[in-house]
Amino acid sequence: MQISGRDSNRYQTFTRRAALLAGVQGAAFLALAGRMYYLQVLKTDQYRMLAEENRISMRLLAPLRGNIVDRFGRVLASNRQNYRAMLVSEQTTDVEATLTRLSRIVEIDDFRKRRILRDIARSPRFIPVTVVEGLTWEQFAQININEPDLAGILPDVGETRDYPYGEEFAHILGYVAAVSDADLEQAQREDHRLLKLPGFRVGREGIERTYDRQLRGTPGSSHVEVNAYGRVIRELSKDPGKPGQELVLTLDLDVQRFAWERVKGESASAVVMDIHTGDIISIVSAPAYNPNLFNMGYPTAEYRKLLESPYLPLLNKSLAGMYPPGSTFKMVVAMAAAEAGISPSQRVHCPGHYSLGSHDFHCWKRGGHGAMNMHDAIKYSCDVYFYDVARRIGINAIADMARKCGLGQTYDFEVPGEKAGLVPTPEWKRAARGEVWHQGETVIAGIGQGYLLTTPLQLAVMTARIANGGYGVVPHLTRALGGELLPTRKAEYLGISEQALAIAQGGMNGVSNEPGGTAFRHRISEPGMELAGKTGTAQVRRITRAERATGVIRNEDLEWRQRDHALFVCYAPVHEPRFAMSVVVEHGGSGSAAAAPIARDIMREVLLRNPGPPQANMPPGRGNSSGAG
Amino acid sequence: MLDLRRFTGHDMRLSEKLGEFNWGFLLLLTLIASMGFAMLYSVAEGNFSPWALRQVARFAAGVCIMIIVAMVDLRFWMRAAYPLYAVALAMLIAVEIVGFVGMGAQRWLNLGVISIQPSEVMKVTLILALARYFHGLTLDEVSRLRNLVIPLGMIGLPVGLVVLQPDLGTAVLLIASGAILLFAAGLRWRFFIFAGIAVLAAIPVLWSRLHDYQRNRVLTFLEPERDPLGTGYHILQSKIALGSGGVLGKGFMEGTQSQLNFLPEKHTDFIFTMLGEELGLVGGVVLLALYFIVLMFSLNVALQCRNQFGRLLAMGVSMTFFFYVFINTAMVMGLLPVVGVPLPLVSYGGTSMLSLMFAFGLLMSVHIHRNLEISRGPSAFW
Repeated sequence: MQISGRDSNRYQTFTRRAALLAGVQGAAFLALAGRMYYLQVLKTDQYRMLAEENRISMRLLAPLRGNIVDRFGRVLASNRQNYRAMLVSEQTTDVEATLTRLSRIVEIDDFRKRRILRDIARSPRFIPVTVVEGLTWEQFAQININEPDLAGILPDVGETRDYPYGEEFAHILGYVAAVSDADLEQAQREDHRLLKLPGFRVGREGIERTYDRQLRGTPGSSHVEVNAYGRVIRELSKDPGKPGQELVLTLDLDVQRFAWERVKGESASAVVMDIHTGDIISIVSAPAYNPNLFNMGYPTAEYRKLLESPYLPLLNKSLAGMYPPGSTFKMVVAMAAAEAGISPSQRVHCPGHYSLGSHDFHCWKRGGHGAMNMHDAIKYSCDVYFYDVARRIGINAIADMARKCGLGQTYDFEVPGEKAGLVPTPEWKRAARGEVWHQGETVIAGIGQGYLLTTPLQLAVMTARIANGGYGVVPHLTRALGGELLPTRKAEYLGISEQALAIAQGGMNGVSNEPGGTAFRHRISEPGMELAGKTGTAQVRRITRAERATGVIRNEDLEWRQRDHALFVCYAPVHEPRFAMSVVVEHGGSGSAAAAPIARDIMREVLLRNPGPPQANMPPGRGNSSGAG
Repeated sequence: MLDLRRFTGHDMRLSEKLGEFNWGFLLLLTLIASMGFAMLYSVAEGNFSPWALRQVARFAAGVCIMIIVAMVDLRFWMRAAYPLYAVALAMLIAVEIVGFVGMGAQRWLNLGVISIQPSEVMKVTLILALARYFHGLTLDEVSRLRNLVIPLGMIGLPVGLVVLQPDLGTAVLLIASGAILLFAAGLRWRFFIFAGIAVLAAIPVLWSRLHDYQRNRVLTFLEPERDPLGTGYHILQSKIALGSGGVLGKGFMEGTQSQLNFLPEKHTDFIFTMLGEELGLVGGVVLLALYFIVLMFSLNVALQCRNQFGRLLAMGVSMTFFFYVFINTAMVMGLLPVVGVPLPLVSYGGTSMLSLMFAFGLLMSVHIHRNLEISRGPSAFW
């Protein structure tokens, strides 16, 4: 076993070097083991955390939006199951074929199809894309039954906002709509993830917008395990979040529906409020729109119709419609006159017109009313009496009283879009137009024309303040939020004298309950339910001297836009007032013919549904009126 | 009592050879490969297809090749060394001309039924050729400059071709294997020192000639957080997977990094990471220990061999195997830049498995024929 000599020295070198290489290998393996010890023992906590961050992804869960209910807890807005079909493109070999088969069950037009294909192209293949929403139960069931034929189609149930009464509450509740870029800009940073959830809706109009945060609720979260491509493998934990708060409104569903039935078909609005608390019992504006359609995107053709309609269905006329108050303003002028020292019994002769300088102002009654005291002037709505009184007390006295009655201002009402209207003064005219005030403008202000502008809500407030004995009641729409009663503003005493209030109340009683009153025909005759009202007919065009001479054209002969606005304000019951209301029928003609019957019917309904404490058999017309004559 | 043929170079009978075959070593290789099978089973979420079963089949084929190669007389391999080298070189040239692109580089040669990577074949044949060349030189002759021209050419030609592909990992491995053979053959230290200085001087030049992706890999290695979603992703995710495995691991088939696809290339180059995540430090150290035993056995084969060809061949095989293991594991641990070097016996892959088992067959042939004395001079070749 001997190694030949010539090989021996290279063998020794080889052995030496082999030993060296073995050492190198050993050292290298020690280094590897050391590195593993460093990673897997010393740094393991840090890397474990990073691995968890990789693996676990938090998904927000949209909270259920809070219900909106009426004063008795009846649902006005809630969430309804939204049957929809999603498509997972990785589960089908041919997306087009699947859509074609689906279109045998649900109609999918070309526009919709293009949008679906675009959505699919944009998202990863395992992400479900919404194909159709708002399916009927029959369609949904059909899709479920045919699922084996519809490769890639995933039937799914989501939540969507539902307004069971549609148009009746459209202008008050408003609607929810998809989140816009502007919403994102306004939202706080921490809300962004919620707002970006697919299918999330925000309150866009009305109460839905005002109370959006409270109705929205607190989002829940779900911790899911995801793979490197973001695909969810399984759910690890779930926090359902907190649903939005329930909002209780002051509205009465039945009255609201009744009022809607009564005004629909007209371009009109009606407001009913509690004169003591300011609770709005009913507030309608016609025509309206279907808020349910905004949820999924209003069909374009339908929306264009809304935009182009001359009756402005998108406008909430009760808050944002501004009208000259017409004769409904006469109580304000009467009270201002009484405060200014004009005796209610002092008579003014009405020959049918009133001259100021070279200009003639006409009374609506061609032959004139004859000698009028303040009570009769309201009852018969004599224009000449108020021309004269207005000129004598001046515009500033009228404006002061108008503001006390709640005109020319907003009330921080819960529904956005409220308009302040206009109570004109010489200062206003100088500032706004740079012109001096003319006495003729004071004269026409006496009958609620000229620059005066009011909203139906303001007219209801004005009437309520007259009826409640001069307290500055403020209208509001919400009673409770999340089970907590909302504070109401205390009505301040306005400092209107009892005498002034009594003359206004008595005049209104005369209008409705005394024969010859302008709304006597449209009174409530049931004992204890009588109302006190005031008609108003606001002229929207100028009647020329020539037309006066040949005879004023009757409203029915004018085109719609040229006709007078018909107004009516009232409160009831006359002897123990609880409710006040206003009705405005745009271009409806005369207040007594077009607006008074509507107001009477609605008020009657309100009283029937809210029977007050039993009243003694009080004869009609007595009430608390002192100025009756 | 003593069979004289063992010392005189007479042929051994097949049964004797089979008796000399170290079956324990084969068991060791099977253990290592089995850890690979288990990981490939886990990568496929508990399925034998598409990887584990094919890997078992390849290993079985590899075992057959190893036994056959081991049975062949070492002198045959010595005679065949140059022709085999020539064939491998030809294939490398062919791959440059007609090879098809896989994984972003020209590396594959389609031979009708199978596709092979000529660079893998070259790794074995280069060792064979160099071992044969240095077998014929005395210690003094090794360090003569004129005697270095041929071996440097033998190394340089395939390295140049591989760099053209471009396959930096294999080029480095070829240079390393060649250098180890020069070193084991007894080349003087000063040559290595000069070469080291020359390499350092050449780095700026080489750097400017690297492909972008290669340069990125090096930069990313130096600073993995540079681009965590781009080229740094591999290293970062690999370290997260290993680190989060801890001492005992997350459990077989429970590795979140691997099972949820955060870890790239986990059935090939990053399979060690997956093992470290699922089986922890314990699993990783066990595998490294098995590798170390393989290396020590191979070195022992080299030391026990009585002819220089066998010694150099065994040392070459052993060191090449070491380089594979070290480069791969150091890479996944973030100690070396990402280079496409598989983990021998464990990573999924055909050619590398077969060429490796061929190399182990050569090693076993050296072991079986360790007492064979082969003449240094040309007369040794019939």
